[in-house]
Amino acid sequence: MIGLESLSGYQYNRTNFVGSFSPTTPSNLRLGSNASPAAISPMLNCRLYSSFFGGKGDKARDTEVSAVSGGGEPAVGESGSGGSDIVDMAKDNWKSTVETITYLGERAKEASNEVTPRVQQVLESHPDLRDVIVSHLKVTIVMSYIYSLKEAYEALRTFEILGIGKELNIRDSTCPFVMDTLGSSSSNSWDMFYALGVNRLLKCEINDEVYAGIASRLKAYVNAANSLLDFYYSIGSLRLLKDLTSEIDVLLVDADGIFQSIKALSQSDGRWRYSSNDPASSSTSAAGAALQTLAGVVLLASSEIDQSLIRTLTNDIVKLFDSIEKYDDGAYYFDEKVADAREYQGPLSVTSLVVRGLTAVASATSESINLPGDKILGLAKFFLAIGIPDSAKGFYSQIEALACLESNRVSIPLILSLPATVLSLTRKDQLKVRVTTVLGSKAPPLSVKLIQAFTSGSKDASIIESQELTFDSENDAHLLDAVLKSVDVGKYQFVFEIVLHDSENKNIYATGGRTKVPIYVTGVIKVDNAEISVLDSDLGTVETQKKLDLPGETALSLSANHLQKLRLSFQLTTPFGNPFQPHQAFLNLRHETQVEHIFVSGNSGKQFVIMLDFLGLVDKFFYLSGRYDIQLTVGDAVMENSYLLELGNIDLDLPEPPEKASRAPPQPADLYLRYGPKAEITHIFRSPEKRPPPELSLSFFALVLLPILGFVVGLLRLGVNLKNFPTATVSATFAILFHLGIAAVLLLYVLFWVKLDLFTTLKALGFLSIFLMFVGHRTLAHLASASAKLKSA
Amino acid sequence: MGKSSATKDAQALFQSLRSAYAATPTNLKIIDLYVMFAVFTAVIQVVYMAIVGSFPFNSFLSGVLSGVGTAVLAVCLRIQVNKENKEFKDLPPERAFADFVLCNLVLHLVIMNFLG
Repeated sequence: MIGLESLSGYQYNRTNFVGSFSPTTPSNLRLGSNASPAAISPMLNCRLYSSFFGGKGDKARDTEVSAVSGGGEPAVGESGSGGSDIVDMAKDNWKSTVETITYLGERAKEASNEVTPRVQQVLESHPDLRDVIVSHLKVTIVMSYIYSLKEAYEALRTFEILGIGKELNIRDSTCPFVMDTLGSSSSNSWDMFYALGVNRLLKCEINDEVYAGIASRLKAYVNAANSLLDFYYSIGSLRLLKDLTSEIDVLLVDADGIFQSIKALSQSDGRWRYSSNDPASSSTSAAGAALQTLAGVVLLASSEIDQSLIRTLTNDIVKLFDSIEKYDDGAYYFDEKVADAREYQGPLSVTSLVVRGLTAVASATSESINLPGDKILGLAKFFLAIGIPDSAKGFYSQIEALACLESNRVSIPLILSLPATVLSLTRKDQLKVRVTTVLGSKAPPLSVKLIQAFTSGSKDASIIESQELTFDSENDAHLLDAVLKSVDVGKYQFVFEIVLHDSENKNIYATGGRTKVPIYVTGVIKVDNAEISVLDSDLGTVETQKKLDLPGETALSLSANHLQKLRLSFQLTTPFGNPFQPHQAFLNLRHETQVEHIFVSGNSGKQFVIMLDFLGLVDKFFYLSGRYDIQLTVGDAVMENSYLLELGNIDLDLPEPPEKASRAPPQPADLYLRYGPKAEITHIFRSPEKRPPPELSLSFFALVLLPILGFVVGLLRLGVNLKNFPTATVSATFAILFHLGIAAVLLLYVLFWVKLDLFTTLKALGFLSIFLMFVGHRTLAHLASASAKLKSA
Repeated sequence: MGKSSATKDAQALFQSLRSAYAATPTNLKIIDLYVMFAVFTAVIQVVYMAIVGSFPFNSFLSGVLSGVGTAVLAVCLRIQVNKENKEFKDLPPERAFADFVLCNLVLHLVIMNFLG
C-alpha cells in the first residue's frame, strides 16, 4: 500500500512548497570544523532539502551543492513549483519503473516458453488431463501478469500525460498479455479494465470480434454487479471500449437503473460505501470511484439520464467537499475518516480519486457544479506541494489528478510561482513571477499585481504598495524592475494577486485571491570602524588598540592578564546605509588545548561590541593561561559576504587555579585515535619454571628407591617368611584374591593419576572395595580362627 | 678418662637397648622396619626439595605426606598389634591390619588426587 509512504513523504516535504521556501544558505559563510552550533543551522536546512531530492532528481541536488560551495548562487531559487519542473524531475523517476515493467513482461514470457515443452510431454501421456492443466496454466500466467498490467497502465498513463516515454518500445512485449487477458474467458472486469487501459495507450491490434465478446461480457458484469468496485471496473472498461471502437454497441440500456443502484450506495454526507453489505463503512475514496463510475454511466447511457438524478449527484459532490481538510498554507485535501489498516489509502490517493471523479462528472454532465475556486486551487496546491511521491502508484495518482485539474469544467487552477525567491542587490535581480496551469501550460491573458510587501515578522510596515508587474511575453513571465531600488536586504513577505483580463475567464479559472510569497533580498554588508583593544580594568585606559580591516586578512598578536579587558567593536551597514543586525555574530576563543569559548556579541544601536572582562572569566577559562586563537563569525542568510575569520591570537596570563577550581573538560579525542587501528595485543605466556638438571633428579630417584631396598634387606635379615600363608585351597584362594584386590586398587590409583577423572575412579573404587572387603574379611577371619585354635591348643 | 667412661656408658646403653629390642616379636620388627623405610623416603624428598627447590610443590607435598602418613599409620598398627599394650588386648591383630589397609587406601586416594 502506498498510503503510509505518501503520507509521511508529504509531511516531510511540505517545507519546500510554493508558500514556504526553505531559508537560503549564507552564500559565503565558510563553516570550519569548529563551527558553533548556531552556525550549523542553515546547513541543516540545506541538508533537509537535499535529502528530499536525493536520488530523485540530480538537477536539484546540483543547485544545492553549488549554493553551499559559495558563489552567491541562491540555494532555493531554482525550486519553483511550476508544473514544468515536475515534468523534468519525473523523467528519471519513471524510466526505472517502465524498465521494471518490461522486465516483468519478458520474464513471464520466458517462463511460459520454458513450461510449454514439459507440459507437452505430460499431456501426451495423459490426454484427459489436458483441459484441466491448460486452464490452470493460463490462470497462473494471467495472475502473474495482472500485477504488471495494472502497473503498466498507470505507468503508461503517466507517460501519456507528461508526453514522454514514446521512445520506450514495450508494445511487443506487453501486447500479447493484453490480448491474452482480453481473450480469456476467465478474466474478470478488473483484469479487463487495466488490459483495455493498456490497450488504449499502446493500440494493440485486437479485432472487433474480441471487443464484441468483451462488450457482452462486461454488460453481463454490470448487470450482475453488487459492489461499487464491480461497477467501477466494468463501467470503466465499457467507457474505454467506447473510446477504442465505434463499431460495437456498448451503450447501457437501463442506465437510469444502474445509476440508481450505484447511487443507493451513497451516504448522506456525500461519501460512498464500497458495498451494501457493510453499511457502516463509508469512504471518501469510494466516493471518488463512484463519481467516476456515474460519469461513465452518464456517457454510456443510450438515452438521456434523468436530470434530477444528476442534480442530486452534484449536491452530493458539494456535500463531499464540506469534509475537505486544509493545511495552513491553503492546500486542501481529502482523507479517509475511518482508517482501515488493511485498505488504508493515504490522502494522496484519496484526494486523487475524488478529483478524478469530480472532473469526470463535470465533463460528463452539463450541470454546473458550484464549488469555490479556492478549494480547487487548494487541491492543486496539495498535489504540487507533495513533490515527487516515493512510489509509482503515488506518482500516478498525483499526475493523473493534476491532468484532470489541468482542463476541467469546474475551474482551472492557476498557479503563481517565482523562479527565484532570493533576489540579490549586487546582481540587481528582477522580481519575476510566472503564472501557469498546474502542468505548466500557458495561462490566459492576465496581469499580476504586487499588493504589498512587508518585512517578515512585522505586519504593519508595508514597504511597497500595489504595483503592477509588466508582462514579458518573450519569457512568459511578469517582471518588476523597480522593486529592488527601494528594498533593503532582509526577509520579506510579498503579496501578489492575479487579475484576469477577460471577465469571462473568471468562471473558468481559479486564481485563489492573494498569494503570499516569502522573498529574501540579499546584499553585501559593509563593515566599518572595526577595532580590537585591550583595556585596563580599573581605569579603563587603553593598553593596546588595533584597527581591523574586516573582512580582510589580519594577524593580531595581543597579550593581556586577568586584570584587563578585551574589547572588540564593529559596525555593519547595508547597501542602503542602514545598520544591519546579522543572525550570528560570535567571537570564539580557542586555547592551545582546544578548549573553546564562544561569546555572542551584543549590539548597542549601530555598533556591535564584545567586551570580555577576564577577571570575571578566569573561572570559565579554567585558569588556563597561554595562547588563545581569536575567531570572529558574522553571518546571516541575507548577507552575501558572511565570514568566519581568524583574527590572530591573544596571550592570556591568568592566575594559578585555586584548590577547588573546576578542571577543563576533556576535549574530544582525536578521531584517528578513537576509530583508527588499536595497538597490537601481545600475549605474555607464563615462562616455564626453572628445572633442575635431569642427572640430579634421577640420582634422587635412585636414592628414594634405596629405603625400599633397605626394607627388603631388613626383612631378609629378620627371616621373614610366608609360612603363615593359608595352605587350604579355599582360604588360599581368598588370600590371593585379597592381595590381588589391593594391587588392583593401587593400580586404579595409578590410572587415576595418569588419565582417569575422580568420578570414574570412585565408581571403580566402589566396586573394588566391596570385593576387597568380602575377600579381606574371609582371609582375616580365617587367620583369626587359626590363631585362636593355636591359642586354645 | 671421663670421655672414655662416657663412651663406655653409651656403649653399655646401646648394648642394653639392643638386647632389649632383640626380645621384640618379629612382626613388630617388620613394622619398625617399614616405619624406617617410610620416614627415610620422606626425608630424602625433603632433602631434594632443599637442594633443588619446591617446584612442583603439590607433588612434593604429596610425596612427603605419603611417607609421613604411611609411617604414622604403621606406628598406629604397631601400637594396636603390640601385646604389651593392654589397652588393645581385645582387638585382634587381623582387625588392626584390616584398618591399616583401609586407612592406607584412603590416604593414597587423597595423595593421588593431590599429586597433580
